[in-house]
Amino acid sequence: MAARFLWASRVASHLRISIAQRGFASVVLKDLKYAESHEWVKIDGNKATFGITDHAQDHLGDVVYVELPDLGRSVSQGESFGAVESVKATSDINSPVSGKVVEVNEVLSESPGLVNTSPYEDGWIIKVELSDAEEAKKLMDSDKYSKFCEEEDAKH
Amino acid sequence: NQSKFPALSVFRSSPRFLLSGPCFDLYSKGFKMSISRAPLMNLVRLKGTPILEQLHLEERLLRASTDNWCIVNDGTNVPTIVMGMSGKPSQLLEVGPVIKDRIPVIKRFTGGGTVIVDKSTLFVSLICNKDDVPSVQPYPRSVMAWSGSLYGEVFEGVDGFQLRENDYVFGDRKFGGNAQSIIRNRWIHHTSFLWDYNVRNMAYLKLPSKVPQYRLERDHTEFVCRMKDYIERSDFVEKTVKAVGKQFAMKEVNIEDIDSYAKGEHVKSTRLLTMEELQEAMASTSQSA
Repeated sequence: MAARFLWASRVASHLRISIAQRGFASVVLKDLKYAESHEWVKIDGNKATFGITDHAQDHLGDVVYVELPDLGRSVSQGESFGAVESVKATSDINSPVSGKVVEVNEVLSESPGLVNTSPYEDGWIIKVELSDAEEAKKLMDSDKYSKFCEEEDAKH
Repeated sequence: NQSKFPALSVFRSSPRFLLSGPCFDLYSKGFKMSISRAPLMNLVRLKGTPILEQLHLEERLLRASTDNWCIVNDGTNVPTIVMGMSGKPSQLLEVGPVIKDRIPVIKRFTGGGTVIVDKSTLFVSLICNKDDVPSVQPYPRSVMAWSGSLYGEVFEGVDGFQLRENDYVFGDRKFGGNAQSIIRNRWIHHTSFLWDYNVRNMAYLKLPSKVPQYRLERDHTEFVCRMKDYIERSDFVEKTVKAVGKQFAMKEVNIEDIDSYAKGEHVKSTRLLTMEELQEAMASTSQSA
């Protein structure tokens, strides 16, 4: 747990954002936005970077394959644009906001495990050009997402 | 199967009788009973349906239906190889013999490994809304814990059944290959059960690079076993339906009526590999040899 906090601190320092320490729970970074389907998004002007959260990768298990979308493809908020494979299961990755795919993380083709070891940094999945910046308002901030994860885990 | 009855709760109440909708509350002097209906599951029984058709049906029901489904296919028509979403033929198959013998190769929409199925294989697929199985989180290990428990009921009394490193085994021999796909609010867990198999067909499959620890270095014939040595075929199917029926209210649906349950477009990723793809795989195998 201490190692994960150190890792999160280094990531946060690199990204120049602050983090929330959630004890034994998964890492949640402040200044990112979160979807209920456990994707994170970092918005930078009219571009956004997506990935899956530490909570998601922890529950999914070792990721062995990432299915990436084609460049230029449109993605819509809440809709699937790709998938990860772990523990004999394919799990949809849903788009937190709408836009057009301008970059995919090709490194994941050879190193899908980056989604587990570095979900917020090297394990980013795609970058899009936003089509509607207002959509981000529908997403959760880090505090709400932390609470959401706690409530979800408490139900099971 | 009838609706399920949870535990009675007993309260003091005024004398009243009320019947309404899917839940009814019975009030009488000093007692209150709440009875709610178990979630519905549609049961589709198939026999000899081609596995490609079965997988297309499953993908459609997962993505374009909002109901729960149990699909049982009693054998498929011809021997067919089925790989998981990320499967690479050059790594998983003896491509030369596969091409020579014209064995169809499918890439399915779920994860997991490679199987060769035929008329002896029994298929059971469960598609569920996550909210109808609230004890299960929509993640692979949680789904498999649930399914392992369900099949534990089916194989109660059969020596050695367990879910072992995500495989269904008797002792240390695998008899069922399972895989899953999880979408936003639903998931599928499907299994191909080796009721019986042709040893010659196993020769089309390579030893995969990633194997469960309990496999050790056994080849296919030493690693798998035949379910027919442990349970009667019809017994297995009826016990499975019964086990599912303990958690759901089952309703038989004919395949001809499926269109009314699944409408609209959906992502289709299950497909038959082309001869060209298989030949490319063979070429890449030769280059790396």
